[in-house]
Amino acid sequence: MATMDTDTSLPAGHETYMDDHLLGILRGVKTIAMVGASANWNRPSYFVMKYLQTKGFRVLPINPGQAGQEILGERCYASLAEAAEALAPQPIDMVDVFRHPKEAPALAGQAGQAVSIGARVLWMQITVISDRARQIAEDAGLTVIMNRCPKIEYQRLFGEIGRTGVNSQVISSKRPKTMTRIKPFKKLM
Amino acid sequence: MTDQPSFGFETRAVHAGAAPDPATGARTTNIVQSTAFVFEDSEDAAALFNLQKVGFIYSRLTNPTVSALEERIASLENGVGATCTASGHAAQMLVLSALMKPGERFVASKKLYGGSLNQFANFFPRSFGWQCDFVDFDDLETLAATVTPDHKAIFCESLANPGGVITDMAAVAKIAKDNGIPLIVDNTMASPYLCRPIEHGATLVIHSTTKFISGHGNAMGGVVVDSGTFDWSAGGKYPALSEPEPGYHGLKFHETFGNLAFTIWGHAVGLRDLGPNQQPMNAYLTLAGAETLPLRMERHCENALKVAEYLEQHDAVAWVNYAGLPSSKHYSLAQKYLPKGAGAVFTFGLKGGYDAGVKLCETVELFSHLANIGDTRSLIIHPASTTHRQLSEEGLKAAGATPDVVRLSIGIESVDDIIADLDRSLAIATGSPAQAAE
Repeated sequence: MATMDTDTSLPAGHETYMDDHLLGILRGVKTIAMVGASANWNRPSYFVMKYLQTKGFRVLPINPGQAGQEILGERCYASLAEAAEALAPQPIDMVDVFRHPKEAPALAGQAGQAVSIGARVLWMQITVISDRARQIAEDAGLTVIMNRCPKIEYQRLFGEIGRTGVNSQVISSKRPKTMTRIKPFKKLM
Repeated sequence: MTDQPSFGFETRAVHAGAAPDPATGARTTNIVQSTAFVFEDSEDAAALFNLQKVGFIYSRLTNPTVSALEERIASLENGVGATCTASGHAAQMLVLSALMKPGERFVASKKLYGGSLNQFANFFPRSFGWQCDFVDFDDLETLAATVTPDHKAIFCESLANPGGVITDMAAVAKIAKDNGIPLIVDNTMASPYLCRPIEHGATLVIHSTTKFISGHGNAMGGVVVDSGTFDWSAGGKYPALSEPEPGYHGLKFHETFGNLAFTIWGHAVGLRDLGPNQQPMNAYLTLAGAETLPLRMERHCENALKVAEYLEQHDAVAWVNYAGLPSSKHYSLAQKYLPKGAGAVFTFGLKGGYDAGVKLCETVELFSHLANIGDTRSLIIHPASTTHRQLSEEGLKAAGATPDVVRLSIGIESVDDIIADLDRSLAIATGSPAQAAE
């Protein structure tokens, strides 16, 4: 099956996802293990982690090169198994994978670990596509998302991303909740 | 391309991008006439400047009114996102600046709006070093033989201005795909109501929104819509989108934003560095216009077909070039790509040549003699004596603006009044008796 993962086309059923499906995941998940989390403030994984933290998710960074260090106030673990052990008995709900798309065997390995730690969702980032990983996770009953970013989907589904001309596909005549914090003006004297 | 079972076109024309204002509850989109936007704190500012958070900084990049219009048009074109610009010409500059470097080439149709021909043939090579190879897109064999993987894009109009010419977009999209390059389609003349080029394989769609989308001849604007389907990282051919951007600490747009890469680049680099942002007032007027696009296009097309049929049987008229007429050589392509109507802009030839054309434009009363299209009002122009008057006889022929050509943009007035104005004026300009059916 060596040729299987060289194909970067999206497997059937994963070309698109329904908004309700993505919303269900983002509303149901509380703890996320982020594989490939970077300590470099300008890498996508860093600011996706930072963004997800501001939305109330707990994010555990997984990166052998940074193990034992802190990223954005969270201890970094060398593997999913280590993070799961440290967090027990609390569950890790979702595994979010930042890896180079060409690291197919590694992706299948991460999928296997996501299964063994009992995660409910395997989410693979933009350009991270692996049919083998999908198969391993789905066979064990996990929900799989690929070639998407949870930050972008969150912004799109909760009405933030229209601010840059993105088609959110959300139509509503309800008054959105004010997102701006209004601080009272304090007289200095 | 978007991936949801969506609301209908007419619903999106009214609602897409325009939820009530969260602060006031105002139902129509506010005109946010503010150059800049207050940060929450320094960390918020840093996140915005680093593109780690979406939001408003400065209206040259993004503005709430303009963003609402961008989402509206992206939705109508079935794209993933859109970047509005000051005009259609600015949209062309912005889209090509993402793809081209000095010395590189792209391929464009010979039959384009004259202003685009000027921009591509003269300004771009002279000032930016972008070379354009012009091809007759009716001749798909020559097109396929001309395009190479070294070209950076293929550019055409879905329905060409001044009219009657329809591009076989699916065939051209295949040539683009075979060469690993994007197809850019100017959809101004058709509007997304009549044709959605992304459904036929276009990568990027541009508009002069000044025309049918705004529709009332009162607001300048342009837009670039991205399908989100092109792999900007393949082959390293589009470094602006795939390589580290020095202006954002080495961020790679395609890696970071996936299928939104072009739209984010369009604002964060394109508008930031080129500067042709759309004005909020124009975006407001265009949003209001877009709400009635489906209704207007139906009437535009219905009226245009009746006027074309009237002209085709007129003794003083040598020919009519409207793809909605069975006599047009593009009639079958019109049935495929523009099944709801062949648009409202077309040309016809007067047997009386140059002088009859000039006289006709001076005689009409309901028609406005001016250089625009896609207004509620019916418009007329004689290209050889106005927009194309600087061209040689050979140049006029190549541009489809021979001395006998008159261009019409049919409005949404009562069609009997439109025909009566032409009938009376043709009689005066050509000496031919009135011929409108009672």
